[in-house]
Amino acid sequence: MSRSITLGQYLPGNSYVHRLNPRLKILALLLLLVLLFSLNSFAGLFSLLAMALLLLFSARIPFRYFLKGLRPILYIVIFALIIYLFFTKGGVVLLRIGSFTIESEGVREGFFVITRLITLIIFSLLVTLTTTPLSLTHGMSFFMKPLSKIGLPTDEVAMIMAIALRFIPTLMEESQRLMRAQVSRGADFETGSIFRRAQNLVPLIVPLFVSAFRRADDLALAMEARGYRLGAKRTRLHVDKVLPADLGTLIFVIILIAAAFYFKL
Amino acid sequence: MVKKPEIIIEAKALEFNYPGDSLNRSSAINGIDMTVNRGEYLAIIGPNGSGKTTLLKLFNALLAPSGGEVLVEGISTVDHEKVPLIRRSCGMIFQNPDNQLVATTVEEDIAFGLENLALPSAEIRQRVTEVAQRLHLDKLLLHPPHLLSGGEKQRVAIAGILAMQPRCILMDEPTAMLDPSGRREVLDTVKALNREEGIAIIHVTHFPEEAAHADRVLVLNQGEVVEDGPAEIILTDLEMLHSYNLQGTAVVELAALLRQDGFNLPTRILHNRELVNSLCQYERKS
Repeated sequence: MSRSITLGQYLPGNSYVHRLNPRLKILALLLLLVLLFSLNSFAGLFSLLAMALLLLFSARIPFRYFLKGLRPILYIVIFALIIYLFFTKGGVVLLRIGSFTIESEGVREGFFVITRLITLIIFSLLVTLTTTPLSLTHGMSFFMKPLSKIGLPTDEVAMIMAIALRFIPTLMEESQRLMRAQVSRGADFETGSIFRRAQNLVPLIVPLFVSAFRRADDLALAMEARGYRLGAKRTRLHVDKVLPADLGTLIFVIILIAAAFYFKL
Repeated sequence: MVKKPEIIIEAKALEFNYPGDSLNRSSAINGIDMTVNRGEYLAIIGPNGSGKTTLLKLFNALLAPSGGEVLVEGISTVDHEKVPLIRRSCGMIFQNPDNQLVATTVEEDIAFGLENLALPSAEIRQRVTEVAQRLHLDKLLLHPPHLLSGGEKQRVAIAGILAMQPRCILMDEPTAMLDPSGRREVLDTVKALNREEGIAIIHVTHFPEEAAHADRVLVLNQGEVVEDGPAEIILTDLEMLHSYNLQGTAVVELAALLRQDGFNLPTRILHNRELVNSLCQYERKS
């Protein structure tokens, strides 16, 4: 059970998107999101959506992952659709319910917005599903680097995130062990009102916290013993090499943006 | 002429008290003078609270002495600038295998110490590959630590130290939380490193069986070195061991029982083979 805990949503693979430099993926994602929100025509939007679907397909990401990724924003999509349908006026009246009307402009706007949201989700999924959490962390810390100029400890933040990733499975195992230990002594985590259940979790959370602090103490000692020093210069085993494919992708994205602006898509 | 052995660690009138702990003197160090030679396998045994772990932490500059000093390859552990040098030549393995692995994959963890030394990536890669082959971890390089067995985790920890090319490895009860097969895995690894690479080992342990692998054994009690000598002399002195609430190995205890029953066995029996040999000879004599 605990052996199958997956971190983040990374799906191993060796596709074109998988192999891209994580920093570039983040940069390209940001650029594409800007482009996505500056597009005003269905033609531009649908070509971007087609591109996203093509990449999703080429990365061999099963369709159910796409649906799973869509679920958290499903309500936002529905809500946005309703708002646009009823409150954007213009064009012909398609439907009249009491004093509410649905007009053609509302339908157009509504579908435009949800297509935009879905495309956004696909692009973000493409990054999170094809990049290991660790590379993602290091990629993000690269973009946070300028913040170290104003005194933010960006390397340390990246280290904290990496350690958190390392210890999530360990702490999950531990919480399951604690839970079984408590259940075997008659604890009940499943029945009763929500307050009752929350209350029953206290004997689980307290020992989990105590042990997490002890682990943190041990780990700090072990890190120090292996020569880790706050603020000292470090190198990395993995270097994110910038390959021709990375540069090509970046240039392609820039051309896309330029074209979209030029043709006023 | 015998060449004088090269000293790696030297403690001089070493004292340490945990701050604010004036009443409870346990785990403190009360004046220790000792040396560890190059390539030596030293076991440290002693009852709970005798200061074994504290001593190791003092050797690794994780604690600063309150009196006297520790010299690691001639460098004092209070010399702040040189602490990285000390940690590089004397790595430390801790008891809990889960709490000393830092990275999300085995290879990143082996690389951690090297990354702290700010070595170039290519050299880190090369050393990680070499060390992983040496400790038979090459198939596990991309595994996350939580999928490893206890013995494998400790071997990864040892690999992380080994990659720094140390002169000495300090081990604080490295097998206490492992199952028997993991324990053997770790012990075999450590013994091979000592014999083949000449890396000195300082092994703090609760198990007399493990101490029996060492060349030299040191008994610690209430922060003082009370016995120091070759394993076959220290570990066969049951009377002394029992007086410090320590056990002998199964073989030593058994030999003592047999002697009590009137069997006239030699006094220095430590290893299984020695007991078997003397029992076989005994049979022939009588």
